[in-house]
Amino acid sequence: MRSKGGNPARTAWLIAGGLLAAMLLFAGCGSSSSNSGEELQKVGKGEGSLNLISWAGYVEPAWSKPFEQKTGCKVSDKEAGTSDEMVELMKTGQYDGVSASGNATARLVAANLVDPVNVSLVPNYKTVFSDLKNQPYNTFEGVHYGIPHGRGANLLMWNGNDVKPAPDSWDIMFDPKIAAKYKGKISVYDESSYIADAALYLKVHKPELGIENPYELNEEQFNAAIELLKEQRKNVGEYWSEAAKQISAFAGGDVTVGTTWQYQYFALKEEGVPVKASPASQGFLPKEGATGWSDTWMISSEAKHPNCMYEWMNWIIEPKVNAEVAEFFGEAPAQEKACEHTANPNFCSEYHAEEPAFWKRVYYWETPLADCGNGEEDCKDYNDWVKAWTSIKG
Amino acid sequence: MATEAVIERRSTGHRLAGLLHGRPRLQVGALLAGPVGWLVIGYLGSLALLLVAAFWSVDPLSGATIKKFTLENFESLVNEPVYRTIVWRTIRTALLVTLTDAIIAFPIAFYMAKLASRRGKALLVVGILLPLWSSYLVKVYAWRTLLSTDGAIHWALSPIGLDTPGYGTTAVWLVFSYLWLPYMILPIYAGLERIPNSLISASEDLGASPFTTFRRVILPLSFPAVVAGSIFTFSLTLGDYITPRLVSNDQFIGNVIFNNIANNQPFAAALALVPIVVMIAYLLVARKLGAFEHV
Repeated sequence: MRSKGGNPARTAWLIAGGLLAAMLLFAGCGSSSSNSGEELQKVGKGEGSLNLISWAGYVEPAWSKPFEQKTGCKVSDKEAGTSDEMVELMKTGQYDGVSASGNATARLVAANLVDPVNVSLVPNYKTVFSDLKNQPYNTFEGVHYGIPHGRGANLLMWNGNDVKPAPDSWDIMFDPKIAAKYKGKISVYDESSYIADAALYLKVHKPELGIENPYELNEEQFNAAIELLKEQRKNVGEYWSEAAKQISAFAGGDVTVGTTWQYQYFALKEEGVPVKASPASQGFLPKEGATGWSDTWMISSEAKHPNCMYEWMNWIIEPKVNAEVAEFFGEAPAQEKACEHTANPNFCSEYHAEEPAFWKRVYYWETPLADCGNGEEDCKDYNDWVKAWTSIKG
Repeated sequence: MATEAVIERRSTGHRLAGLLHGRPRLQVGALLAGPVGWLVIGYLGSLALLLVAAFWSVDPLSGATIKKFTLENFESLVNEPVYRTIVWRTIRTALLVTLTDAIIAFPIAFYMAKLASRRGKALLVVGILLPLWSSYLVKVYAWRTLLSTDGAIHWALSPIGLDTPGYGTTAVWLVFSYLWLPYMILPIYAGLERIPNSLISASEDLGASPFTTFRRVILPLSFPAVVAGSIFTFSLTLGDYITPRLVSNDQFIGNVIFNNIANNQPFAAALALVPIVVMIAYLLVARKLGAFEHV
């Protein structure tokens, strides 16, 4: 081999040079993404498909199929279990839109992952409940960033056969004495936002801490919440972040009480598991109130099918569709006129859809920020929450 | 003139062939440029990026990376006891799973290589490979059902006064041992297959008991294969985060990386370096033990 001409060292250098050139080419391809940051001015013809990220139960064939027929936009949906997952998926730039909760919206906007929404192109927006418009989690510096989808509270759910009498307070999960009765049978949501549930409990049971908003916690308040959660850890049977995981745990008898969403509650009832939640007449709220969500459909700044996304945002708050969505999931609709179309005529009053006063006791998920409005920037920010959550679980 | 015209007419392909003719090194170079390029850019390049990112920090709100050198990620990794607990738990589980799989896999592989008939051998190989054809998630969810309070394990064990271990550390160990078992059986099987039967006969002729033959002949010759298999079981356990998340409340290194990746990629990168370092150490030990001699 060696005799046949050619200089090995020279050849090696040539190859290395070629590789370097290929690498630069590669790098060049990767770094050319545009961020328009502009609202759409006119909804044109649909692009034929639509890629969404949603919470389980938000994009169901019952209303996505008629949408496809009407607009020709074929819907592919990716379900996410937590807000973190949603932010992470949006970073890939492969989706057109997301049903973001309040603890994701600010992050999505700050990272330029979503574009403002021109609400005048969404005719149904006019009749969205006014206490869902211009909220700090969907409107930033006066600019609209999304279309409200619906709202609700995180539920306290228990197995009626094992937990008697019916609890009316979060004591059952947080008071060390009461919770110890259900040691190993408690089911807790596995995300740092759950720290707010502990803070809400302390707001009522330890007023001396002076907690106002459970997402705005200073050092002392934050540490008290963490202490409470570390105490709770001993009694927790399972942390869940996928709805399917919690459903299988309740159905298999592995857990008997926990925090949940309507989606799992209805799924378990359908399976014949004797689960219960605070009655709808109380809006599913234990006496301390509850954390909850108010979700917003947002459009990706890299949306490849913006026209379809605008069609979707209008479709999901179409009175009939929004009624269907709300009843399927078990949440209050965002659309005023949806209340005329619900299958259960009392649905809106049971879910307090039209009572702004009721929603004052529901603390919608928010992104914790260091600057929490007291001018001192001494609140714990989102990264602190994530790290604390890791240390709670140990 | 005429020759020039001929050269003109030659296609690019021909010219390229002419260029490569008689230059074997260039030929090999061109052939390897693709795969080597992938290895260097796609594979090592992303690792290098990971290493660099571990020294950056993020803007707490947008999660945007601040590209300024800082050691704070490593400081919190070292100073906060929870991460030590998690790293140690991950390594301990990986070692335990490896040991379990080696103990279960060896007799099966030995039977396959030395005792089973041709047909039996083929059946066993298919049987071992079969679980690999179904989805990982399906298998883990199946174990969730098995381990549940009212599940099949509870039903099978309750008559003899035992019960399902439930979800937790034991469950993680069981599920991992199940999932990675084929990756341990196959290398050991290949290693044992390579030991000539004549060696076993010779050992017998020289008066060695079966136990001595196993200890002095078979085990030393197949040990590198066991170590090779252990690289799979160890590294797969080290990197997994879905199984712990589905059958326990335990956090593994992978879970913490997953939790931080949405909003704090530099910290996730710093954490991701931990398994890499552990794996390098493990491979160095494996090389000492001769795992790469037959690869």
